[in-house]
Amino acid sequence: MTALSLKRIYQDKLNTVVMIMALTLVITTPLIIFASLYTKSSMLFASDHSLWDLLFSSAWEPTKGKFGFLPFIISSIEITILSVIIAAPICFLVAIHLTQYAKHWFVKIMYPVTDILAGIPSVVYGVWGILVVVPLVSDVIAPFFGIQTTGYTLLTGAIVLSIMIIPFILNILIEILNTVPFELTEAGLSLGSTRWQVIKHIILKKAKPGIISAFGLGIARAFGETIAVLMVAGNVIKIPDGLFSASYPLPALIANNYGEMMSIPLYDSALMFGALILFVTIFLFNLVSRIVIYRLERSL
Amino acid sequence: MNQSKIEVKDLNLSIGNQHILKNINCKIPSRKITVILGSSGCGKSTLLKSMNRLTDLYPKVKISGDILLNNQGIFGKEVEVTDLRKKMGLMSQRPAPLPMSIFDNVAYGLRISGRKKKLQMKLRVEYYLKVVNLWDEVKDRLKAPASSLSIGQQQRLCLARGLAVDPELILADEPTSALDPLSSQVIEKKFMELKDSFTIVWVTHTLRQAKRMADHVIFMYLGEIIEQGPAEEFFNNPQHEITKNFLNGSFN
Repeated sequence: MTALSLKRIYQDKLNTVVMIMALTLVITTPLIIFASLYTKSSMLFASDHSLWDLLFSSAWEPTKGKFGFLPFIISSIEITILSVIIAAPICFLVAIHLTQYAKHWFVKIMYPVTDILAGIPSVVYGVWGILVVVPLVSDVIAPFFGIQTTGYTLLTGAIVLSIMIIPFILNILIEILNTVPFELTEAGLSLGSTRWQVIKHIILKKAKPGIISAFGLGIARAFGETIAVLMVAGNVIKIPDGLFSASYPLPALIANNYGEMMSIPLYDSALMFGALILFVTIFLFNLVSRIVIYRLERSL
Repeated sequence: MNQSKIEVKDLNLSIGNQHILKNINCKIPSRKITVILGSSGCGKSTLLKSMNRLTDLYPKVKISGDILLNNQGIFGKEVEVTDLRKKMGLMSQRPAPLPMSIFDNVAYGLRISGRKKKLQMKLRVEYYLKVVNLWDEVKDRLKAPASSLSIGQQQRLCLARGLAVDPELILADEPTSALDPLSSQVIEKKFMELKDSFTIVWVTHTLRQAKRMADHVIFMYLGEIIEQGPAEEFFNNPQHEITKNFLNGSFN
């Protein structure tokens, strides 16, 4: 065996080992995160807090050892759902326009635009929210409904969040609509459909599982978004009682409080439990969405 | 006078700066099979798809010249393009069943043109599935997704779907190229029967298939029509050098 081939075999082996190591790191990271969050927050259970109370009580008084996460969970759910409700029709219409109607050159311009939108740091969206959306809500939208508010509300958070998830959902939607074979459009048109009938009866039907999972991934994304929402959502601990009420989503709770008041017993465990709720929810959402995408790709 | 269903006049088509169809002039005779013959990439599919204006969808497309259907131009502003397309059933290279049930695939064209009576619909779907010899194979699973059929069955379903909207022409773009020999035979035979009631334009690059099926041949090479005429004349007495080479297989 020549020296050269020995060297090549050696390199090859080394490459494989390094790659497996890197891969292992990537695979085990979520497991390690889950394990550490669980270990830390399990102290809560050991000290007489039932899972039911933690999830469904709204009494948040850390100094008295009461950790009811309900206000944060409800805030998170409401702000997420609202943001997706705002983002969904916009994403939907833009994706349909770009894949079905738009001129080639326009599509070419739009791709970098969505990429830029997706790449803007979260904190920039937060600042923009304070500068533009907060006054918009306090001076225009809320007075329109006869309500007075500071502008730091559930709605404000949802608007900022929806703008952040639009490019993310849009990119997936465009990809999914582009996987629908062009022959289906041709077939539909040849049967005398209008363009819109083809889109409605054929393309959207074919892409349905993918569309659902795109919004699933969008929800997971919105649920975990922290800084921008924290900056505009108000952060008052109560269950929001309307669009113009302040809200306090889970990620904001953790970001605002970790590192502070750590002398309070079990406080850090409670925050870890909040992180665990986020982790598990997002994990499940991603998992389900991926499964749907996988099935779709296999059936195409 | 010779009845021609379609007449193409000085048609030029380019996409971007690619000149795909060059000065096309041809006639498609009524109730016959016209085969557009030529090697891959010669523009025969594009010619076919310009007949029902699917070429409108191509980005950066430029068209000049005219195509007459029943002596009326198809590019005019007053032409309702959905009506135009409905007059021509299309079969593509690979079957493209719509993402719905077998029944709905055939019923789709009827539904979008506003026919909704249930019983009538059932009868019509059954009728067209029988026309393409598919009824016996699918009558017990009409609700199953069309994608569950074999590819040969799917192609016949697509034919039934196209026939159900009552077209005057059938545009077939190499409809047997993805099929096994047996399924191909079924489709070819079906078309031989259908030519009594429809004008058929059949695109192929297979010489033998053209010989089997054609009444009339249009031979294309690199975006131009080299030669056209009745099948017998074309195959037995080709005029052009390129045609001769293609026919005796010394073609590249």
